[in-house]
Amino acid sequence: MKFGVVVFPGTWSDRDCGWVVDQVLGAELTYLWHRDTDLKGCDCVILPGGFAYGDYLRTGAIARFAPVMEQIGEFADRGGLVWGICNGFQVLCEAGLLPGALIRNASLEFRCEWTNLLVERTDLPFTSQCAERDVIRVPIAHGEGSYFADPATLSRLEQRGQVVFRYCGSDGRVVPGANPNGSLHNIAGIVNARGNVLGMMPHPERCSEAELGGTDGLKLFRSVADNALKVLVS
Amino acid sequence: MDERRLREVALTPDEYRVIVEQLKRAPNEVELGMLGVLWSEHCSYKSSKALLRRLPSTGPAVLQGPGENAGAVSIGEGWAVVFKIESHNHPSAIEPYQGAATGVGGIIRDVIAMGARPIALLDSLRFGPLPESGRHFEGVVAGIGGYGNCMGIPTVGGEIYFEDCYANNPLVNAMCVGLVRTDQLMRARAEGVGNSILLVGADTGRDGIHGASFASVELDENSSERRPAVQVGNPFLEKCLLEACMDLSHTDAVVAIQDLGAAGLTSAVAECAGRVDGAGARIDVGRVPRRERGMTPYDVMLSESQERMLVVVQRGREREVESIFHAWDLTSAVIGEVTDDGQLTVFDSRDQVARLPVRLLTDGAPMRRLVGVAPEPPLDLVVDALPPLADAGATLLRLLASPNLSSRRGVFRRYDHMVGDATVVPPGGDAAMLRVKGTRLGLAMTADCNARYCHLDPHLGAQLAVAEAARNIIATGARPIAVTDCLNLANPDRPEVYWELEETVAGLSYACRAMELPIVSGNVSLYNDSNGESAIYPTPVVGMVGVIDDYAKRVGAGFRADGDFVLLIANT
Repeated sequence: MKFGVVVFPGTWSDRDCGWVVDQVLGAELTYLWHRDTDLKGCDCVILPGGFAYGDYLRTGAIARFAPVMEQIGEFADRGGLVWGICNGFQVLCEAGLLPGALIRNASLEFRCEWTNLLVERTDLPFTSQCAERDVIRVPIAHGEGSYFADPATLSRLEQRGQVVFRYCGSDGRVVPGANPNGSLHNIAGIVNARGNVLGMMPHPERCSEAELGGTDGLKLFRSVADNALKVLVS
Repeated sequence: MDERRLREVALTPDEYRVIVEQLKRAPNEVELGMLGVLWSEHCSYKSSKALLRRLPSTGPAVLQGPGENAGAVSIGEGWAVVFKIESHNHPSAIEPYQGAATGVGGIIRDVIAMGARPIALLDSLRFGPLPESGRHFEGVVAGIGGYGNCMGIPTVGGEIYFEDCYANNPLVNAMCVGLVRTDQLMRARAEGVGNSILLVGADTGRDGIHGASFASVELDENSSERRPAVQVGNPFLEKCLLEACMDLSHTDAVVAIQDLGAAGLTSAVAECAGRVDGAGARIDVGRVPRRERGMTPYDVMLSESQERMLVVVQRGREREVESIFHAWDLTSAVIGEVTDDGQLTVFDSRDQVARLPVRLLTDGAPMRRLVGVAPEPPLDLVVDALPPLADAGATLLRLLASPNLSSRRGVFRRYDHMVGDATVVPPGGDAAMLRVKGTRLGLAMTADCNARYCHLDPHLGAQLAVAEAARNIIATGARPIAVTDCLNLANPDRPEVYWELEETVAGLSYACRAMELPIVSGNVSLYNDSNGESAIYPTPVVGMVGVIDDYAKRVGAGFRADGDFVLLIANT
């Protein structure tokens, strides 16, 4: 199982994602430079958090034109696992690999804090280690994480069950008070129809060791690793 | 010499006379500007240097004390912690967002210049009361977040106070902590005749010209006209600069790295050369990449454009180093070379536009002999004169609601305090703690000062600031190892302010010696008053770092479980 972590100029969660993959999970890791034109045989590509190209113009708007993105688009079309975290989610939306957009938080302020997420899909390669309707604790750190989509797109997402994570209370109830950024339908993460491209605003790589305050994020990394093993065996 | 012109470059007629005497000629315009910025209080410490020598700065673990871009202390297992605190008060008063943002950017570059990777930021802030000072408060908090969050360096601690005396003179002190392998610790010394001097990072523009001089005068009603003296930050560029500088560790071609901060290129080149006996430098402003047309040599030498670094490279290996910067899409240019003539010589292509002895620039400013006079009668707080406590419950609620005591969550949740996967004690408690990845070591850090105490008794107040910082470190289970300090005071030309400075330094020195804590870096910010009045309280902010051998043994703040004992240690 080989994880590839994409590095754009301005990316900073690359090192944290790399740390978890390499030091905590013990999986194979390679970094993919924004100018790379091949994915070095990765089984899962992570687009990590940060401010790619300074997020100037609009979050993710410049990054989608990076050479590596063309390969990632083709990789996703072939069914490869693509996982966008925070800025990576924003890039995936800009690149059209996921629907909708991330706009400024309703508070108009950056927010770095712990959130609770209701896991609504456990049949995905990213969440298979989560329990049915699991509530996981994962921190956010963003200024533009309010998920937005037009009504038609939103209802299509809901009907097809493409909402993977929703901000909720610690009891799992999806209530407005648990929404940290004004996302429509409390959406924290979505998957494409095929189920191989995941975008999420919260940072699982920041909660994969007990000393950092929680280990729920590791469930997602383990799911991906585990799933890849299954694919190899079958 | 025209008095008005002298005022523009913040030199006194006496200082001008010394310059002419030393040079045995009148300086030209470029030279006058260069001397003006380097002889400013901000760069020369001419009012405080003699006092600062009294501070303890050595110890068995100290690898680098004051005089470099930042201090460095060994923490074991081959690691050194590098840290420094610096003020950006005057710019933040005029343009709160950019002033605070570039303050953060500047202190990060100081740590990078030591070869260290910055791992944490802290900010000590002072404002006037809310809501009147809301513009300062909101702008500064947004600026710190805007820069630090984009850099991917967690902001893990600091303090905020609201007090009348800071209404016109808010204080923004930023501290950066970094880690480096002890054998990769860099020093900004321009060694080796013929070695090349590279300017890397942002292009040079007209922003921030005279910024250092501006920071060395009182603010007045014309201060907003000085907005061009406030720089504009580009954290994305600095993030690329950070990564490129980290990649420099892959080559041994680099001799020195120096941040371009106050007084820009003039200060960076002079300081680098000044650290080596007899060294000089020859640079060509014609080779400096520029952001705008029509810039004069004067503009280039004095520009305080952000996100720039000076790199001294072994002669003949420039390409090796430049390719690292190019990989990050950063501009780099060889702008000159190290010499052994002790002169800083500036060319504009073929024409020599300035030639000054390095020592005159770095150490030539005549030290000012100021007189301190204690206030008479001394300020005293008569505790017995306070009204008796009528309703303890209501008073407690009022205290909890006070902006000076209330929860800081509303601020620190606007800062990314988790990036780096190292924050094992988050903000909100006493000190923050970060683990040193790959080891069991934990680094505790804090920045503290209660300026009300300092106002009443600067000597005791400074001691209490050290004690508070130490208690915060100890409360996490760590052992304090070293200090960085940022002394914020008003206009030292006034005898009662200079007395405060003397007392503050004496108090800091006393407490640090008593606790065997070396002060390895720091900064002095004077002239924090407006129109000759509304002087700030003496505010010696103490940044402290501590170490715990195994971060698993760390202690967080807050009660854990029902039935646990609560102990109060020491007398009340």
